[in-house]
Amino acid sequence: IDRPILEGPDISSISHVTLSPSRHNHVPGYSLPLSRSSYSVISAFCTEDNVPQSISYLNQELAVLGLSMCIEASSAEGASLKAVPVLNTMYELLQINKRNMCALEEMEKEQLKKLSTLEHIQISNSRLKDQLELSMREKSGLHETERQLQLKIKTLQSCLKTEKEEVQKLQSIIASRASQYSHDAKRKEREAAKLKERLSQLLVDRKERKLAIDVLNSLGRSDGKRSMWKTAKLSASHESEMYKTLLGDYETSRKALILENAELKKVLQQMKKEMMHILAPRQQSTSGATAADDSQEQVESDEEKAGNTSREAFDHSCELAREQLLNSIRQQWRKLRNHVEKLDQVSQVHNQMESNKETIPLETHEDEMERMRQEVQQCREFIHAQQQLLQQQLNTSFDDETAALLNDCYTLEEKERLKEEWKLFEEQKKNFEKERKNFTEAAIRLGREKMSFEEDRAAWLKNHFLNATPFANRRRYSSSDGQSALSVRSEPEVRMSSAKAKRSKSPTYTTFSTPKPSRSSPVPSTTELYRTLRLLPDGSCSKHSNRGRWLETSTVEEGHPQIKSNLQARAGEMSIFTFGEDHSVT
Amino acid sequence: MNFSEVFKQSNHLCKVSPDGKYLATCVQYRLVVRDLSTLQILQLYTCLDQVSHMEWSSDSLFILCAMYKRGLVQVWSLEQPDWHCKIDEGSIGLVSSRWSPDGRHILNTTEFHLRITVWSLCTKAVSYIKYPKACQKGIDFSRDGCYMALAERRDCKDYVSIFVCDDWHLLRHFETETQDLAGLEWSPNGCVLAVWDSCLEYKVLLYSLDGRLLSTYCAYEWSLGVKSVSWSPSSQFLAIGSYDEKVRILNNITWKKIVQFEHPATIDNTKAIVYKEVDRRPAVVSDELSLHNITMGSTLFSTQSKYEICPLPVQIPVVKPEPDRANPKIGVSVLAFSSDSRYLATKNDNMATAVWVWDMQKMSLDTVLEHTSAVRCVMWDPRRPRLALCTGNSKLYLWSPGGCVSVQVPAEGSFQVQSLKWHCSGDSVILLGKDQLCLCYMDTDYEEK
Repeated sequence: IDRPILEGPDISSISHVTLSPSRHNHVPGYSLPLSRSSYSVISAFCTEDNVPQSISYLNQELAVLGLSMCIEASSAEGASLKAVPVLNTMYELLQINKRNMCALEEMEKEQLKKLSTLEHIQISNSRLKDQLELSMREKSGLHETERQLQLKIKTLQSCLKTEKEEVQKLQSIIASRASQYSHDAKRKEREAAKLKERLSQLLVDRKERKLAIDVLNSLGRSDGKRSMWKTAKLSASHESEMYKTLLGDYETSRKALILENAELKKVLQQMKKEMMHILAPRQQSTSGATAADDSQEQVESDEEKAGNTSREAFDHSCELAREQLLNSIRQQWRKLRNHVEKLDQVSQVHNQMESNKETIPLETHEDEMERMRQEVQQCREFIHAQQQLLQQQLNTSFDDETAALLNDCYTLEEKERLKEEWKLFEEQKKNFEKERKNFTEAAIRLGREKMSFEEDRAAWLKNHFLNATPFANRRRYSSSDGQSALSVRSEPEVRMSSAKAKRSKSPTYTTFSTPKPSRSSPVPSTTELYRTLRLLPDGSCSKHSNRGRWLETSTVEEGHPQIKSNLQARAGEMSIFTFGEDHSVT
Repeated sequence: MNFSEVFKQSNHLCKVSPDGKYLATCVQYRLVVRDLSTLQILQLYTCLDQVSHMEWSSDSLFILCAMYKRGLVQVWSLEQPDWHCKIDEGSIGLVSSRWSPDGRHILNTTEFHLRITVWSLCTKAVSYIKYPKACQKGIDFSRDGCYMALAERRDCKDYVSIFVCDDWHLLRHFETETQDLAGLEWSPNGCVLAVWDSCLEYKVLLYSLDGRLLSTYCAYEWSLGVKSVSWSPSSQFLAIGSYDEKVRILNNITWKKIVQFEHPATIDNTKAIVYKEVDRRPAVVSDELSLHNITMGSTLFSTQSKYEICPLPVQIPVVKPEPDRANPKIGVSVLAFSSDSRYLATKNDNMATAVWVWDMQKMSLDTVLEHTSAVRCVMWDPRRPRLALCTGNSKLYLWSPGGCVSVQVPAEGSFQVQSLKWHCSGDSVILLGKDQLCLCYMDTDYEEK
């Protein structure tokens, strides 16, 4: 029944914050427990007078919150409340509060996340804006250049048009000029012809200086013949002469052509033969000689025979022979082409194969590599063995000098290596020594401190013992307590105190965990402990300070094996420290 | 290599008789005939006026001397020094005179190309051919001397007449598909006649002897066209040089282009050799007399030169033609096949210092000869693949597939070779200066090696 009252001062002592009921609306989760805590405050929500009202108000609020529980007054006056429902509601409210807190936290996290994303988005937004601006500027620039180019194009087009027009004009001018020129030329020529005509007429008419030939003796014809009268017969003979020459020319050209033809034919035959020669064995070898091929070949050979015979009878049937020859050549050619194509394909396939070979066998490649590596290894071993053998041989067979030299060579290397290692080792050793020294020093210091402390304590105890004080009983008690603590102190207590000492590092934790020890052992109250741990100025009781020292000593004295074990368990690197400590202690 | 002494000549009138025995030269109004082996004067004829044109008859018996200003032609006989013949074209004037292939007729072209008068020395008969066309090469005799092709212009159209030279019988007369015919040339076998249009249009037409059109070739349009045409001696190729600085080779079967030879300013064809003529001061010469130069009596005040092989690429100097002048100095103007049709020598007018030799078997550039001055005359040895050329200085340049050499003409004073002619045997070259001539005898033994 008294629990709320009991809790009241406990909480108030921790939280110095008092919340007004005005805040209650905003943060109901907080205000609910706190409102009760402000019990003693004057401007509190609930006073002695308005308990029922506040209860009803609280009930309303709870209903609003969706909690079916209601707080009831245990008595009509309402001075006290029924504990169970209140506690339940409290619990519910706490739960709600926790949930809300959780939610809040999550939401805060969320908000933070959102904020960051927002920021990010804003940044990216601004960046994009910048980009947009830039691209807009670019775009405008491009537009400008485009416009200029279009302008240029337009001007050029207009130029082109004018040029074209010019060209057309010029062409028309040229054409007109040409026609005019030809016309004029013709006219002039006609005039000239007329003039010539007239001139010749005049010359013929004018007989002052006649054309004349004055020859001493007429000459005979160069061919010795006499000239003949111009007759039709003569002209006919001229015609025939002309045709004769023409015919002769054609004859010679024909002969030349025939000769050429024959040569070409020879070449063709040669080619054909060679083709046959080339084709025949290959096809057999490739075993692609299917029945069809065979038959074709048969036909061709037949034709060839025919061609041969016909060639023999070339004079009789030129055309036939030519046709056959051409046919056979064509067929042969086709065959050759096919063959070449086949070869091409084959070569392509080959190439592909090769490329496949090159691409596919990564594994084989690796295998090969592995094999080669092994081989290399083997070779190395072999070389090594040979070297050794050689060395041995040298050692044995060679004279001492060379052997020594060689030995020197090998041992020098070895020595060098050893030296290096030695150096390293020395360094390590040095480090180690340094560390050790440090630790021994620390241990000695510790020992001295311990000794001085021991002496101090002895002196102090002696003082206490000898001095008569008004609190004799107490001193006796405390001394007995100290004695017991010094000698017959129970282990669990010591551990507890050590744990407390350890935990005192985190004050928040201690505040939460305080109720537990207070319940189990009422002797050191939380406030007292608090004070001792925080070393609050408390001049009234020396016993407390004594106890604190005690505790310290106890932690140092008896806690150390525990610490040692802990440390040992923790990490190997600390083993040096533990070893050092061990060493120093022992 | 030996050089004769220097003789006088005028108007570059100096010709070796077709049989290769005599050398006829004109000095003003005198005609001198020498024996080529001894260079002794055999005959001396006196013409009525300064000779403008001189020509041997095909049988090497008569020499024609034309005096265009007077409209006179005099014919001299080598066998009968007393024999004489004088043809007066009258007041109509004379611009060209030539022998017919039989050596018994003389064809005189009158002023304004009014007509061609054919005089027979056998019968004193005269006949006219009207309407001859005044053009680059309007008349051509077939190599065997049987036929004459003549370009005519009637009624603003081009025609070709083919005459039988024997009796001037008109064998064929046909219109050609040309705007303005510029020239015609028989193939060496006398069966195909190549006809080309004026430079305003790229057009080459090939006619058979009987007047059938065999083929037409046009490489491009709207630009200056054909500049020169030449048949290979084998009649196998027809080379066409044009104003676009290219030579196109047509074959004789399909009459299509086989190959096209370009004349780039930068030669980087690794298969070609470029010989560059390099001037040397006489001081350096004395100890560097090459095998070919040994015969030179080193004349003191003339610069020596030699060919050096240039590492590729080589830049050929190019002269930009003046665009507003007629007959621009651009394009291939010289095309000459060697006697065996193996090589073709060309000259591009805007690279006047270079002669290009093309291998017709490999159909590629073989050699480029670059000189210090513009090339004047390029002639193939009539027997061997050997090229002689001159650049208007005192040197003779020779090329053969084995290499090339420049030879100083060891004449007293300044003898500048402006033109040259091979003897038909290929054993000597006649070098023509401004009013002098000199014979250069090839070292035949050396050449036979």
